[in-house]
Amino acid sequence: MSGFMGHEPDGKPGQPKTVKEWVFTLDHKVIGVWYLIGAIASFVVAGLAASAMRLELGSVGPDITDNGDIYNLWLTMHGAVMILGFQIPALLGFVANWAVPIMVGGKDMAFPRVNAMSVWLLWSGILLALMNLVIPDSYNGMWTGYPPYSLTDAVGNTALYSSVVVILGMSSVFGAVNLACTVAFMRCKGMGWFQMPLTVWCVFTANVIQLIFVPVLAASVLLLSLDKYLGFGFYNPEVGGDVLLYQNLFWFYSHPAVYVILLPFMGILFEIFAVSARNDVFNYKATVWSVIAFIPVSSDVWVHHAYVAGLPDWLRLLQTFTTLLISLPFGLLMLSLTGTMYRGAIRYTGPMYWAVGAFFMLIIGALTGIPNALSAIDYGISDSYVIMSHFHYVMAVSGGMAIFAGVFFWFPKLTGRMCNTFMTKLTAVGFFIGMNIVMGPLYFAGMEGMPRRYMDYQMFADNATIVSAQHWSTIGLYITFVSALLMIVVWLHGAIAGEKCTNANPWGSESLEFTATAIIPGQGNFPTPVICPEGWHPYNFIDNPKPEFEPHPGHTGGHH
Amino acid sequence: MKVKSLMHKVMGAMLALPLIPSLAHAFQAAPATRADYNGWTPHEHWDEVWHETMWDITILGVVFAIITIAFMVIYVRKGHGERGKLPQLSPQAKLGWVVIPCMLFLGDDLFLYVKGFDLHNHMRNVPTNAVEVKVTGSMWNWNYVDANGIDTDNELVVKVGTPVVLRMVSDDVLHSHYMNRYRVTEDLMPGRITWEWFMPNEEGESVVTCREYCGTMHSGMYGTVKALSEADYDAYVAEQAASVPSVTGVASAATTADKI
Repeated sequence: MSGFMGHEPDGKPGQPKTVKEWVFTLDHKVIGVWYLIGAIASFVVAGLAASAMRLELGSVGPDITDNGDIYNLWLTMHGAVMILGFQIPALLGFVANWAVPIMVGGKDMAFPRVNAMSVWLLWSGILLALMNLVIPDSYNGMWTGYPPYSLTDAVGNTALYSSVVVILGMSSVFGAVNLACTVAFMRCKGMGWFQMPLTVWCVFTANVIQLIFVPVLAASVLLLSLDKYLGFGFYNPEVGGDVLLYQNLFWFYSHPAVYVILLPFMGILFEIFAVSARNDVFNYKATVWSVIAFIPVSSDVWVHHAYVAGLPDWLRLLQTFTTLLISLPFGLLMLSLTGTMYRGAIRYTGPMYWAVGAFFMLIIGALTGIPNALSAIDYGISDSYVIMSHFHYVMAVSGGMAIFAGVFFWFPKLTGRMCNTFMTKLTAVGFFIGMNIVMGPLYFAGMEGMPRRYMDYQMFADNATIVSAQHWSTIGLYITFVSALLMIVVWLHGAIAGEKCTNANPWGSESLEFTATAIIPGQGNFPTPVICPEGWHPYNFIDNPKPEFEPHPGHTGGHH
Repeated sequence: MKVKSLMHKVMGAMLALPLIPSLAHAFQAAPATRADYNGWTPHEHWDEVWHETMWDITILGVVFAIITIAFMVIYVRKGHGERGKLPQLSPQAKLGWVVIPCMLFLGDDLFLYVKGFDLHNHMRNVPTNAVEVKVTGSMWNWNYVDANGIDTDNELVVKVGTPVVLRMVSDDVLHSHYMNRYRVTEDLMPGRITWEWFMPNEEGESVVTCREYCGTMHSGMYGTVKALSEADYDAYVAEQAASVPSVTGVASAATTADKI
């Protein structure tokens, strides 16, 4: 089987040395790092776009630009790059590629060459998306790309949008097939389905959702290009098409996509909470089934994005109910996270600071989603800052903090060095406070009627709530910006000059990536194939049997 | 079977909270019928449901956060080698910790759903005495033609006490007509006619904004709703009829809205 996998597990240990080795690597860990670099670069670009918009919104009237097209370009880049370039690649790229194969005791992904193709498709997509900043007819139709606007000339280059989405979608689909096969077939001897860490379950489930729904998104944006450039009329009412078809197709993928982001980042939180509290995950099996329940539940809620889009009233009422049902599996996950703290022995490490921040952001974000689920309430807040604040709390800030928690958590395994603990905690606190000042006041501005995607709000110039909310939000940006910048400095400092790890398991985890590998896992991950003894569990911190190793044929020992 | 632990008591108590509003609602009078809406405007109804929902999520969030913070403070690691001691759950307890929370979440969901259903029916059933205004959205302008044939841009003038239904269509791309004061939004699109209705109940001006991204000047696409008293409104209609001689049959047009 090893020949089929592309390389022998007894290849060169350690990380690649030359540029050529980095680029042509088939090692899932190096590919994971490529995903991470792409994700962080995207975060920087999209974060700068967000900062520019925030500065523009700081007060009534033009602040740094009076050009609507430039503002809309920032807005488009912020949304598209944050979701498609940062969050999905960080979770389904970095976490899925770097962590999952080691966590299940595998020596690599199931299809290393397909894996390399996935990551380079991602990079092609990111570079293509960045072209939008320099081409003359830059696309400004938002990441949602609603027709008929996206079919007009004013929107810019729709083909670029379609291509980026399709390329990133292909990357996702290849990655999803690969990861599902890895989890199904590459688990080490002795590891059953209910012995997998929750991170693995969450990433696996997210990839199943991707496999089901991404093709729908690809179809919806391809039809846009066919309409605009070849005169098809799928979305053109003048020739019998329907503009709402796009919204149905788009959200049929894009609401499940929210759980594609939510589940893996909650997986990271489970891992860090359990390891920091040195405690079993509360009701582990039920938690796993709650994760799986997201697949059917998420598939029938897309209409809540189109409550005010002229869809039939009975459909709005039906999907109000199915949307509310998400609270069942989600509530169980939150219960498990809190339950994992119960009678724990919690150690507040750097990653735990980030994870706790993500958890409290998630409480706010999740609960502010409940009113939005009610179709009648949506008539008053649809596409306002209420919605914007809600999904930033739940997806952007909680998701972002959980991703950064994960980066800090696995950082010693990536670099062999530790980040500065004090600075890790300080940046977490700064980011948490900063983002609350950015997004908290905006919720109240939304209740006063402030619409999304407005570059100015002169119509609300005499509304003190909106004006002061915008003002405070911009002050919060400075705190967030400094914290995020410092966080990147902490990573760079840690990677170059951080304290060297002397312990392969600095956080005291029971999961295989910490207990069965070298400080930096070598090629093939494990010195020799690993076996999970009977009764082994990733969250048994009391009397877990140690993983065993099976001598590789032809070898008498490991390399490390 | 250690189900009598502190955790179960605390979290059980927390999860029982959604039951309280659900039970409270169950003992209230029967859900409102359309007759009960008389004299009650949809936006007042909206505000009430909104506040109830806010209380619901605030209580849930605060209780949940307090319990989590308490755990996070109480269970800090004391010594280097300390391990967590989460009690093993019996099979019954495992099932119970799924079924009971789910029932409670479902209870809260249903409570809110009933509120939302009622409000939805209120906001999506047009009173028979409503007057009709045709709205056309275009980049980046709101055009209103009312039952008197008065044609205005970015200014909708209505009479206090008379419900208004807007029949809306777009000339170009998607727009969304949102009236801040009346808590009502509906998209406009080419190829379909959509509608929303509202009840101006007080004199005054309020803001109309576009709530669907529509290009460069999306944020410049806003207007005003003026709610006038009956006397002021009649004067306004007369003034418009005088300044626009081509408008004919002013008085008879008002009754066409009754056909809705």
